Amino acid sequence: MDTDTQYGYDTIRIRRHGQTKVRECPFLTRFKACPVRIRPCRRRVRVRHQYDTGTRGFSPCWCFLGEKKTRPGIKQLHIEEQLLRTSSENWCIVNDGTNDPTVVMGVSGKPAELLEIESVLDDQVPVIRRFTGGGTVIVDHGTVFVTFICNKEAVPNLQPYPRPIMSWSSSLYSKVFQGIGDFHLRENDYVFGNHKFGGNAQSITKNRWIHHTSFLWDFNVQNMSYLKHPKRAPAYRSARSHLDFICRMKDYMPRSTFMDKTVEATETQFSLRPIQLEAIRTCLEAEFCPSSRFLTNEELEAAAVALQS
Amino acid sequence: MASSMLWASRAASYLRISVFHRGFSTVLKDLKYADSHEWVKVEGNSATIGITDHAQDHLGDVVYVELPEVGAAVKQGESFGAVESVKATSDVNSPVSGKVVEVNEELSGSPAKVNSSPYEDGWIIKVEMKDAGELRNLMDSEEYSKFCEEEDSKH
Repeated sequence: MDTDTQYGYDTIRIRRHGQTKVRECPFLTRFKACPVRIRPCRRRVRVRHQYDTGTRGFSPCWCFLGEKKTRPGIKQLHIEEQLLRTSSENWCIVNDGTNDPTVVMGVSGKPAELLEIESVLDDQVPVIRRFTGGGTVIVDHGTVFVTFICNKEAVPNLQPYPRPIMSWSSSLYSKVFQGIGDFHLRENDYVFGNHKFGGNAQSITKNRWIHHTSFLWDFNVQNMSYLKHPKRAPAYRSARSHLDFICRMKDYMPRSTFMDKTVEATETQFSLRPIQLEAIRTCLEAEFCPSSRFLTNEELEAAAVALQS
Repeated sequence: MASSMLWASRAASYLRISVFHRGFSTVLKDLKYADSHEWVKVEGNSATIGITDHAQDHLGDVVYVELPEVGAAVKQGESFGAVESVKATSDVNSPVSGKVVEVNEELSGSPAKVNSSPYEDGWIIKVEMKDAGELRNLMDSEEYSKFCEEEDSKH
């Protein structure tokens, strides 16, 4: 074991990208023995107390930062579901919304309860039922999506259940919005004060989970008219209309600052590695049947008829 | 129980404090348990399956249950459906392999039964088992209780 008692501590030498970095091992310092389960040593190869921590010792995570508003929302959902169910890697995906407004409902969403169906049909607004839970959003070019897809052990001490994951994501975004607009998590929504600007949804499998957030960077007031006031609304909404309930993130932070700070905050949790869209596609298996889908006009019309009767 | 938990959760959210889970979960003696927190009650060749009290407590209020079709094949350890609690869908995995012979249709109208009565009214599917030997891969009540304690103490 290499030791360095210059500062009165026993230390270990860590290989990091071929360089040597000396880091204090608290177990060696206090107990003169190391049972090797401390955060900096999560990924370890124990060779004479030398630990290969990788970059910063965090779980590796592929990071895709979308720059073009070219992929329809359904494609993004298909990719996310496929990565959740077939990949064994961790992913952070940041992307813009679609050019055309699209309604995206949660897995159990009922169109008749959530949508002004006649307006949706008249204006031919696409309606997607996604694979995650949560409520209904209308997404367009003013929406920013941030998605984390992780193995259940990727984040130390995080139980793979909805509330711990929500709490973890909230602590990550607290770093992004520190000191801005009284940011906090309020009943599963991201708010400035009591105005919502980010909605969350999750899906949890046996060994992995996904947490995605749609941020209202900007929105078209007219598009809000396609949505009804939901039956299952958070208490803090206090029966406010959509326009009184939500706010625009662009009024609080420049877009480039949000992207930079999100990456920075994510780097405190993961060892990020950039990846391009084409490389993501090569990771995906050819045969996968996603569950997110467009609702047909017939389904929407049937829902409207059922509501009237 | 579900409504008092909902009130507590909303109060905690307003006050911005953490909601702590109960320090215990109910575990029934005669059932077998999977490490993904499903239970199975075996009667002859028939198996009734649901999620445990530990699982429903950690998931929160269940608002929707995605049920498989009768006649669908299920495999031990693989997902056959899902439950949705607020904002999240969570896979439900089958503890045994076989064919679905009955689903609990009442959960379509009353998904909260999974919270209020996870081992009785909240059952999810009944399966005609393919291989009773698979039960050896499951935990009994004592092993499962210990498993839950260890899991909760790690976090």
